[in-house]
Amino acid sequence: MTTTSWKPTAKEIVEKAELFTSGHRACAGCGPAIALRQVMKATRGPTIVTNATGCMEVVSTIYPYTAWKVPWIHTAFENVAANASGIEAALKAMKRKGRLAHENIDVIAFAGDGGTFDIGIQALSGAVERGHDFLYVLYDNEAYMNTGIQRSGSTPHGASTTTSPAGRVIPGKLQYKKPIADIMVAHEIPYVATASIAYWQDLLVKARRGLETEGPAFMHIFTPCPRGWRYDTSKTIEIARLGVETCIFPLWETIDGEYNLSPQSKIFALKPERKKKISGYLKMQRRFKHLFRPKFKHVIDEIQHRVDERWNRLLKRCNMTQSD
Amino acid sequence: MNKTLKGWKDIPIAGVCWKPATQYLTGDWKTFKPIHDAEKCTKCLLCPMICPDSAIKWNQTNEEIEFDYDFCKGCGICANECPADAIKMVREGGE
Ligand SMILES: Cc1ncc(C[n+]2csc(CCOP(=O)(O)OP(=O)(O)O)c2C)c(N)n1
Ligand code: SF4
Ligand code: SF4
Ligand code: SF4
Ligand SMILES: [Mg+2]
Repeated sequence: MTTTSWKPTAKEIVEKAELFTSGHRACAGCGPAIALRQVMKATRGPTIVTNATGCMEVVSTIYPYTAWKVPWIHTAFENVAANASGIEAALKAMKRKGRLAHENIDVIAFAGDGGTFDIGIQALSGAVERGHDFLYVLYDNEAYMNTGIQRSGSTPHGASTTTSPAGRVIPGKLQYKKPIADIMVAHEIPYVATASIAYWQDLLVKARRGLETEGPAFMHIFTPCPRGWRYDTSKTIEIARLGVETCIFPLWETIDGEYNLSPQSKIFALKPERKKKISGYLKMQRRFKHLFRPKFKHVIDEIQHRVDERWNRLLKRCNMTQSD
Repeated sequence: MNKTLKGWKDIPIAGVCWKPATQYLTGDWKTFKPIHDAEKCTKCLLCPMICPDSAIKWNQTNEEIEFDYDFCKGCGICANECPADAIKMVREGGE
């Protein structure tokens, strides 16, 4: 595939129309809402969006209102990738029959972590295996937020949720986060990227690359949620940035399976002393509050260990090694 | 088939949301309100990129940053991130 040379300036982007508008009913400071806004600023022409059930679907289309300025189709919790496949197949058929007025129409599927890591993975795996031409955007707020903060396959180790509550004995969720983006790379699709709402330009460029990719593209966006992670609404971008600075959520992409570390993360490979400790990140979020009790302190070390392990594995995949 | 039941062609198609959300003002949710200091602002254009509610606009005519209090929910992200410290959060009605 070819990589886009598009490098949007802030001015160009603020002057571009909002396709995901004000008046949606996400909580104040919602990270996923920022991701949707930013992705829609990267569109290149006519676009159809389909949305799995979850916070972003609910808050953007409370009847009779819609925050979408593009054709938008709600679908069930588990099948947004199947829906996107159908849309793309229909567009192809219309084009073949000469019934499509546009040269190209892009298809974007949005889903949360529940709709991707868990219940939606079968539809997603099938859609990319069939090679449908669409961009799948996972906005990851690390739990089922819409239904009241239940743990998902994305919820990190040690986080307290309503179905993985921290108590006197159990320190929140016991399992570790599923490496979903690597799972998508293993499907041998042409484009996979991770992004953070704290780095809008990187995010927009990756979204555009995903749209330009012929065939399936997958984007994993880190989107803090003040309601479920329990922090002050003003800290959403700060936490999204810390995710990258601690390397718990590194930024990278694969083009035809080749891993490449993005500049925002590469700096921590080149200057490991700048990589921040995970405890500061955990401390900012009350979903991890119990970990700072003496009894659970060891969990913080375990989380740090796992972050380092995954980071080093990523560096190897990117043909870089930690120079410490 | 029972004649009193509707066939699939008679059932209304999936619900359509037909009113723009911009007719639903979310500005009255806020407790704190961002106050912009145009003197300090360097017009870096970061804040309009990270507002979850598209409540910060770039006015192309006078080249100024403008806040849309009809939609701003008062989250404080803009004030927390502004590199020039040009945004202050104040309590609604408490100026
Ligand atoms: C089959 C099915 N089971 C359960 C639900 C209820 N439900 C709606 S949204 C949701 C969780 C969504 O979580 P996620 O995908 O992470 O999105 P978020 O709400 O966090 O944005 C659940 C369990 C459903 N709609 N369909
Ligand atoms: S619960 Fe979280 S993801 Fe859902 S609307 Fe609120 S802030 Fe956004
Ligand atoms: S972030 Fe601050 S300096 Fe930049 S445009 Fe906004 S108010 Fe101005
Ligand atoms: S306080 Fe939040 S909603 Fe209001 S303008 Fe700033 S970032 Fe936007
Ligand atoms: Mg979620």
